[in-house]
Order: sequence, then C-alpha cells, then structure tokens
Amino acid sequence: MLAPLPLHAEGPGALEVREVAPGIFLHPGLQEDMTAQNFAGIANIGFVVGEKCVAIIDSGGTKLLGEALRQAVKRRTDKPICYVINSHVHPDHIFGNAAFKGEKPAFVGHHKLPAAMAARGQVYRNALNRNLGAAAEGSEIVPPTLLVRDTLDLDLGGRTLKLKAWPTAHTDNDLTVYDPQTGTLWLADLLFVGHIPVVDGSIRGWLKVMGEIKGLAPERVVSGHGLIQNGWNEAFDRQQGYLLAILDQTRAALKAKQTIQQAIATVGESERSKWLLFDLFNKRNVTAVYAEIEWED
Amino acid sequence: MKNRTIKRLLAMTLAALLPCAAALAADEGQKAGNWDLVRTSLFGDRPIGDNDGTVIVLEAPDRAEDAAIVPLSIKTRLTQTPDRFIKKVYLIIDKNPSPVGAIFTFTPDSGRADIDTRVRIEEYSTVRAIAEMNDGKLYMASKYVKAAGGCSAPAGKDLEAAMARVGKMKIKLDDNLKAGEPSIAQLMVSHPNVSGLAMDQLTRLYAPPQFVRKIDVSYAGKPIMSAEVDFTISEDPNFRFYFVPKQGGEMKAEVVDSKDLKFSSSVQVVLGKRPGS
Repeated sequence: MLAPLPLHAEGPGALEVREVAPGIFLHPGLQEDMTAQNFAGIANIGFVVGEKCVAIIDSGGTKLLGEALRQAVKRRTDKPICYVINSHVHPDHIFGNAAFKGEKPAFVGHHKLPAAMAARGQVYRNALNRNLGAAAEGSEIVPPTLLVRDTLDLDLGGRTLKLKAWPTAHTDNDLTVYDPQTGTLWLADLLFVGHIPVVDGSIRGWLKVMGEIKGLAPERVVSGHGLIQNGWNEAFDRQQGYLLAILDQTRAALKAKQTIQQAIATVGESERSKWLLFDLFNKRNVTAVYAEIEWED
Repeated sequence: MKNRTIKRLLAMTLAALLPCAAALAADEGQKAGNWDLVRTSLFGDRPIGDNDGTVIVLEAPDRAEDAAIVPLSIKTRLTQTPDRFIKKVYLIIDKNPSPVGAIFTFTPDSGRADIDTRVRIEEYSTVRAIAEMNDGKLYMASKYVKAAGGCSAPAGKDLEAAMARVGKMKIKLDDNLKAGEPSIAQLMVSHPNVSGLAMDQLTRLYAPPQFVRKIDVSYAGKPIMSAEVDFTISEDPNFRFYFVPKQGGEMKAEVVDSKDLKFSSSVQVVLGKRPGS
C-alpha cells in the first residue's frame, strides 16, 4: 500500500499559465497518472479572455486544482468568468468545475455530456476519493447548463469562440473550441502529445474526426495532454500512427481467432517506445478496439 | 425459488444496504458483507470446496484495464458426462452493484462447462466462479481484481450507436469441427446492457434499465448453455462455450432482455473444413 493520504490538502499553489496566443492561457498538465501529489493536474487546462468576460476551457481534475485555475484567472484579469467549457467527460478535465460554481457561469458541454456524466460520475467520484483522499475534497460532478448539439458561438466581447460537438471519437462527447481571432483550435483530448492516446469512444470514429480536423488547417492547436513541439501536423501523424497500428494489429489478431486476452499481450507493443504512460493505457485501448471491431466482418 | 427471483431479491437487498454500508466507510467490512449475504442466499450453509484447480479455474486480469470490458475465463477440469457433470457455474463480483452477475447452466451435452465472458468491474473486488456439480457439491475459484485507472468507467462507449443496433447477433464456430470432439462456439449479442442505475443530474431521472437477462443456447434440439445474466455483463454481451458437434444439427441461441424483447439466431453445424475457411 501507499503511504496514508493526508486528511486535509492545501491545494497545488499558484498555477503556472502561459499565453499561447493573445488572450489564450494554458496550464500544461503533468504527464503522469492522477495522484494526491498532483491534484489530478494531468490535463492541459486554461482560459480565454475577451473584452467582456472569460471562458474556462477544462477545469482540472480536482476542485482544489480548479480553484488554483480560478486564482490564476483573477491574477490576470478582473473580468467575470461567464463560461466553463468541458471538452469531454474524463475526470481530469471536469472535477475542477466545483471551484467555479460561485462565479455563476454557464457550464458548457457536448449534448451527450450529461448522459456520460450520469453513467460515469459516481464511479469517477469514488475512484478520485480512493486514489487522492483529501486532495479530492469538494470535487463533484457539475453537469452542463448549456449544451452544444452541433455548433455554438460564445460571445466573450470582441471575441467569439466557436464550439463544435463531434461524433464519437476519443469519447462520445468530444467538444472543441475555436478562436477565429488567433486561429487557435483547442482540441483537448482529440490530440495527445507524448501521453499515449486513450481510446474511450471509437477508434474508427476518432481517425475519421482527425481527418476532418486536419482539413480545417488551423493556425495553432492546443492538445489535451503534452505540448506540441514540432508543429501540430507532426503530432497528428504520430497519433494517427499509433491508432492505425493498434487497429491493424487488432484486426490481425481477430482474423487469427485470438481472444481479447491473447490480443492485449502483443498488440501495440511495436509502439511502446514512442509514448509515455504506455502500460497504463495500451492494454485498455486494445481491449476497447477489439470489442469495437469484432463486429466488422 | 427460481434463480432469477433470487438474483432480483439479492440485487434489491444489496441496493438497499449500499448507502449504509458506504456510510460505514469500512471497505473491507462491506466486501466481506456482500459475499456473506450472497453466499447464504445462494447456497445456505452448504460447504464450498476450494478445489485446488481440479474442478474449476478462474482466469481474470490483475487489474481491470477497461472497467467496462474485463475479460474473464472460467475453465473447468472435467469432461461433462451423464454421471458426473457441472450443472451450474455462478459468477460473483463481490463489490459490484449486483454481485451475482451470471448463473450459467450446463448439461452433459455441453461437452465442457467452460465459459468466457466480459464483465464490468467498478471497484477493487474479489471475483468468484463457483461450480455446482450434479451431485450438489460446490467448488470455488476466486481472484482479486484491482479497479481500472481513473478515466475508465463501467459504462458504454457510445450508447446511441449501441441502441441503434440492439438485438443483432452472431454465432461463430471453429473452422474444422470433428464429430464427438468438444468445440468452442462464440455467441455475440449487440445490446447496450444499460443498468438503470445512472441518474441524470439535470433531470434527476434514471436512464431506464435495458439489459440482457436470459440466454438459451441449444444444439440439435438439446440445451447446451443457458445463462441468467444482468448488466454486470459488458455492453454487447459475448460468451464462448463448448458444444459437441456431430453431423448436421442446428445451433440456436435465444435471448430475452429486461424489456422482454426477444432475439434469436441460429447456425447450421457442418463437420470438417467449411467452404471458404
């Protein structure tokens, strides 16, 4: 067992945020598993400042981290926070929502986010308590109050964010945020950099959505994990390489009549050296991909 | 009392117990408590042998990689004969909301009482497979399975897509069937297997339950494998089991879900290499 978790947590301290484009601030998450030490601060989170108000894009994995993000906003601007956008249901992106309730923002999500929160929320909450102890204090599921069925514009004053709800890809509730003013497309977990991609929706859907996004040719992209080093096209190609590798290898395993247990022992191993946190997610990805494509023939 | 009634009663009793149990914050106590309750309800005070792997073996991963799809393999160590056979295999996941996930029924015609399936596991839990012999003797194999990582949940990946293809079925057989030699058959059922336990926080309404509850597979008119199951089984329920092929005969699978929707599928059994294989 790990050392006992502390009964009360102080919070992560002041968050480092960087301005990736004028008025767009990013706090890079750690490339780690969620722990009490990192306050589940493993996802890239941030905010966009307009003339009238501020939109949060993903609130972090705990209320304490969300609170640190709120303080980071307050240090930059005294404009109110009018929107908290959740890119999808995963806990490292949503459990900070609770820290913003007092600001009375609209919580914005994909139209399938409420159902996903309903199906997964309690399990996520239990797991966060179990793994983080006091660091999880106050973290709760805060469902969206404003839903995006297809696209939605959010006016921040002098700057309009364009939100898009995608068909099933990384999850069945992926939402992206585009800022035309700076040509920045916040993809969240539709793009993983460094951190191994996680398949929790549909691998075939994700590859298709990636193709569409590539066609949009945005000037700048923000990924959900890790920082883009050599241009987003290269990051896209790397992710596509992994997804295609496990898709092809899983298809071959199915053709050879391998069971899931046999498939997860080998599929994806060729990609091991290219990704961080490989052991946490590769077998899981192969399991999900196997179950998805088993119906193909 | 029918197994189904037992399963329902158990699910209700445990559901009623859960909030109190959670309030105790005594994880270990709850784990033991569930099993004690299940054990008593299903088997009374009948002894359960641990069998040292001579009757039943449970293969499960150390950690649930994907909480929604945890592959389990129950292997038995004897050939089913009319004199000595495994009548039932119980699959129990102590800490799941419905611990008695499946009760499988086999016959001497099954050949073997092995079963592979995929389940949802939400918490660190002991998983148990219990074989009940035709003479009533019980043997158990168990394994402790750690819960999945933080962003995995025992929920479906794409409910809408699953709903759209509900009831589609497939039966897969091995390529080179030999008369009299127990062979594996795989039954796939496209079904969202929704638990009905998820509450929408906006509407405070529960998504209606809809899950596969009964499966009957027969070959040449004789039962091979039946199962009483619930939402413990993963979305798109999937089973691998044995049968003993002979020349001809139809394998038929009938499925009933909790809304009493019925689905069926069948395949003609052909010995030897099949065309195209």
